[in-house]
Amino acid sequence: MTTQYDPADLGTERLSPALRTEALEQLLTERGLVRTDVIDGFVAKYESDLGPLNGARVVARAWVDPEYKARLLKNGTEAIKEVAWGGGANGEHIVVVENTPTRHNVVVCTLCSCYPWPVLGLPPSWYKDPVYRARVVREPRTVLAEMGLELDDDVEIVVRDSSSEVRWLVLPERPAGTEDLTEEELVPLIGRDALVGVAKVAAP
Amino acid sequence: MSAAALAPLALDGPGAPPRSNGELVFAEPWESRAFGMAVALHDAGAFDWPAFQAALIARIAAWEADRSGDETWSYYVHWLGALEDVLVADGTLGNRDITERAGRLAARPAGHDHDREHGHGHGAPADHREH
Repeated sequence: MTTQYDPADLGTERLSPALRTEALEQLLTERGLVRTDVIDGFVAKYESDLGPLNGARVVARAWVDPEYKARLLKNGTEAIKEVAWGGGANGEHIVVVENTPTRHNVVVCTLCSCYPWPVLGLPPSWYKDPVYRARVVREPRTVLAEMGLELDDDVEIVVRDSSSEVRWLVLPERPAGTEDLTEEELVPLIGRDALVGVAKVAAP
Repeated sequence: MSAAALAPLALDGPGAPPRSNGELVFAEPWESRAFGMAVALHDAGAFDWPAFQAALIARIAAWEADRSGDETWSYYVHWLGALEDVLVADGTLGNRDITERAGRLAARPAGHDHDREHGHGHGAPADHREH
């Protein structure tokens, strides 16, 4: 797709992205294509309601329920809907991959920022950054180490490139020492970074 | 949707689950508006998500190919550009509609543009109080 207007318009003092956004919202609302309160609602939903909590609930269920785990690994999108809201943009085609002691999956979107919004919320800034997107493919072990995750050399690292066809979600390893915890007690242990594969889940 | 999905969540107290990303999702208000517009338009059936995604990929690729090295990365600038591209490509908006409207907004009298409220001297009495 070609650029439809002079890119120099963007980023200038005169026509900042803030001004262009305001202009676009005016044009769309005047034409009845969107309503301001509907936009407000979506922003609130993605800022507050959708986040890694949903992914954490999915993972905790998979840890305690082997049959659910099998369904999750077979059809992520459908199994997620058993536990959390799984609709909307970027909610389709979620594929869950399991990390094991010998195989570590890490997720990136090399072309833009495809990310399973319903279970992780909106991506953090580093996920969208050109540096992460380029480097994690070339040197994943180094990038993970820089992010605080040192993996032994005999652990295979698989870089999963998300796209509009597949949005990857990592099922992290259940940490040792959590065998007696309930599903509800496991949920708070599971953070976003483990679901992207740049961290592991630690026991409490 | 299962009953579990509708169960209320305990959001307070020491056992509160991880809810936020632990950082600002949007750095500036306009980013959230640009985000919300794209999601609302998609929800209303204005375009398929892959079409928007393709436009976003094209914007980011063009920036990464052209950059001279000193330009600041702004994800939502590309997001906004992709949304404009999709709406112009399908004829919803004319080529210059947004630029013209934004130009008019820029020409508003000072004080009406919330992005430029700083530096007008209001509420900066510290220096005056010394006299």
